[in-house]
Amino acid sequence: MTHLQDQQPAYTAPGEAGPDAPVAPATGSDDSEALCEQVTRAHAERATLRIVGGDTKAFYGRRVDTTQSLSTTGHHGIVHYDPVELVATARAGTRLRDLERALADNGQRLAFEPPYFGDDATVGGMVAAGLSGPRRPWVGAVRDFVLGVRVITSEGKLLRFGGEVMKNVAGYDLSRLMVGAQGTLGVLTEVSFKVLPLPQASACLRLELPLPDALDRLAAWGREPLPITGAAHDGEALHIRLEGGEGSVSATRQRLGGELDEPLFWSQLRELRLPFFDGAFANAADRTLWRLSLPALARTPALDGDWLIDWGGAQRWLQSPTGSGAEGHHDIAIREAAIAAGGHATRITPVDDENSPFTPLPPVLAKYHRQLKQRLDPQGIFNPGRLYADW
Amino acid sequence: MELLYDERIDGEIADVDKSALMAAILAVAPQLTLLDREEDLRPFECDGLSAYRVLPMLVAMPATLAEVEALMRVCYEHAVPVVTRGAGTGLSGGALPLEKGVLLVMSRFNKILSVDADARIARVQPGVRNLAISEAAAPYGLYYAPDPSSQIACSIGGNVAENAGGVHCLKYGLTVHNVLSVDIVTIEGERMTLGGESLDTPGYDLLALFMGSEGMLGVITEVTVRLLPKPEVAKVLMACFDDVELAGKAVGDIIAAGCIPGGLEMMDNLAIRAAEDFIHAGYPVEAQAILLCELDGVEADVQADCERVRDLLEAAGATQIQLARDDAERQLFWAGRKAAFPAVGRMSPDYYCIDGTIPRRELPRVLKGINDLSAHYGLRVANVFHAGDGNLHPLILFDANQPGELEATEALGGKILELCVEAGGSITGEHGVGREKLNQMCTQFAADEITLFHAVKSAFDERRLLNPGKNIPTLARCAEFGAMHVHHGELPHPELPRF
Repeated sequence: MTHLQDQQPAYTAPGEAGPDAPVAPATGSDDSEALCEQVTRAHAERATLRIVGGDTKAFYGRRVDTTQSLSTTGHHGIVHYDPVELVATARAGTRLRDLERALADNGQRLAFEPPYFGDDATVGGMVAAGLSGPRRPWVGAVRDFVLGVRVITSEGKLLRFGGEVMKNVAGYDLSRLMVGAQGTLGVLTEVSFKVLPLPQASACLRLELPLPDALDRLAAWGREPLPITGAAHDGEALHIRLEGGEGSVSATRQRLGGELDEPLFWSQLRELRLPFFDGAFANAADRTLWRLSLPALARTPALDGDWLIDWGGAQRWLQSPTGSGAEGHHDIAIREAAIAAGGHATRITPVDDENSPFTPLPPVLAKYHRQLKQRLDPQGIFNPGRLYADW
Repeated sequence: MELLYDERIDGEIADVDKSALMAAILAVAPQLTLLDREEDLRPFECDGLSAYRVLPMLVAMPATLAEVEALMRVCYEHAVPVVTRGAGTGLSGGALPLEKGVLLVMSRFNKILSVDADARIARVQPGVRNLAISEAAAPYGLYYAPDPSSQIACSIGGNVAENAGGVHCLKYGLTVHNVLSVDIVTIEGERMTLGGESLDTPGYDLLALFMGSEGMLGVITEVTVRLLPKPEVAKVLMACFDDVELAGKAVGDIIAAGCIPGGLEMMDNLAIRAAEDFIHAGYPVEAQAILLCELDGVEADVQADCERVRDLLEAAGATQIQLARDDAERQLFWAGRKAAFPAVGRMSPDYYCIDGTIPRRELPRVLKGINDLSAHYGLRVANVFHAGDGNLHPLILFDANQPGELEATEALGGKILELCVEAGGSITGEHGVGREKLNQMCTQFAADEITLFHAVKSAFDERRLLNPGKNIPTLARCAEFGAMHVHHGELPHPELPRF
């Protein structure tokens, strides 16, 4: 069982703190042939593979019981990065930290602010998990910035979809399909991203406001072109991050009021390391951490526990006191409340080896998920049962 | 006529008795409008790629979701292919009918169901026009960002099917970045919703997979889009260059300086002269290239950005830089660009539009390659370019009444696309593959990649009934018509015979 807290070194805000060490020339190592061979062998032997990068996000899904694991960490390095093109391509085993440093050296970043959950986080794992940070509602998610992938199929073939261009509608968009698929459709070996320049100015604000008032204000502000790229409510205050040109950031800061706040808040929120999350990863039997993905303005569901609101209301964290490892009545109530509010709920902790942390799919969607998995990985080689038990 | 459906290489289609099929459909959907007389079918024989025309067996114009579901079930049972059509403005023949198929016309699904200003979303039916969404959102200070040049006429369902772009993609994204959810009816007549009003949904990102899937995976019956607040101010700079290469380099300089313009467009001399002659936008007709750079956002930022970009353009060797004095002049600058296609159309009896993308750094080389090809085939080419995101629209000028010119045009267009692929780009940035670029798909993708596309297709439509013969070529077609794609040093399709 994975204990997330143990895996988190004192490492914060790679995107914001800027590079603190020069990046080694990004030659890296191309291990794709060996990876293909391992998959081909597994296919021939009808084996199953657990695909692992930095193993920092093992908690985010069902445990995968397989005969072997396949590690991408030997396949690393930034293959191509041209700041003028706004495109960077990295091998799956590249440490996310190394990619973000190289971008920061050139005044650019991954705008979707991916969480690490550990210093060993890799580019491939980040894309496979498909998690985005506090900036997500305003700039987009991982999938919005993926331009192309190289992927090993269940027969061990290394194929390329998408590419390094901004616009590409030739064939089906298999690149974006891989984002968040957690390796169940193929082994990512290389990903190309659209990257963006760092903002010229930024400011972090804290406004003491109860949650309903905060959501009202966010709705009103959202109809204006304000440079907001973060909005979270910790139960007491609304935290706002502004990023953009000097002029708009300072004018908006004046207008919204409140007090200046530490940028550290946002990296701690991204990594689930704010005091609110204390103890959540201890896998205590008496508390459960849920992530509710809801329409931003949804009324807060009437559920027991403490709330922390991110994404301007679209991502809500619930520390629920009565959860248990298995899916009990209380868990079902949380899932139903999330669905009734127009979204879904994911159980983050405690990690449960049996029950999927994800909300069950409606029957027609589930059918097409199974068929897609069946067509792309007929033998069920890759991460079987990672998302849902039956595939 | 290699573009028309060829059962020998595109796959067999069952013969069906038309009256029996009509009876079966009307038995379950008695109110459904079905057209089958030649004069009624004629208006639907082509989409925006009007050089290719086929009369469908039947046209169905459902008005309700239940009718769509019933129609799909009957077609599924009878193994009749279904081609879905929106407004019919597509430029790649994605809605080209099949003579043995039903053309499903979604134009009656034309209602804006809701505009929620606080949540900044609009729920619309697929037949709603792109521009109508922005018009409905305008009273709230909001708009729908993707703006393909056909936005007056094209429908949102078609935009989703093609993952449509526009002149503001670099900053505001394509359709895939601006749609929250779509409702689908499957070929088996089931309903499902992909995406939702929350920012993510459990399971695979099927919403992304369906974007740009050209009606091959399901029928879109409702779309929820994200609305954005209108920028406070927008300003346009026009810069002239006496060398196309310098203009291309200036584009890179602007982006390298950390500036993401709302729009960044480039036109070459032939396109400039055509547009100026038509619109009188004030373009300098002697320039070898012009750049239009739109900067939008909050007043204070835009002011500062304009100054920065002006300095960069000067340093890059612009011979003349002009800031649109007011909104009227800004509109005029854009009018010339947006009318570039019809303007070129006035210079020649026919023109053919290409839609390749390349990494921007390859622009000088690719433009030179296009010039050489143009000279080789003896056909003029005007270049219009979404410079910011590397999307080229070379327009080939030809006369279809001159024997051999259409064929030469197709050959030249194919060569230009191969040049784009070779430069690391794609055969289509925003117009889609449709029927038009099927053969070039064999250039861009290896046989194994095409095989995986077919695997995805079969997960949603095993019987190949949704828009067969579009988007993804069969391997048999690649063997017969496809150029030689050399992948990892191997010839493509070694398993297939060569002719």
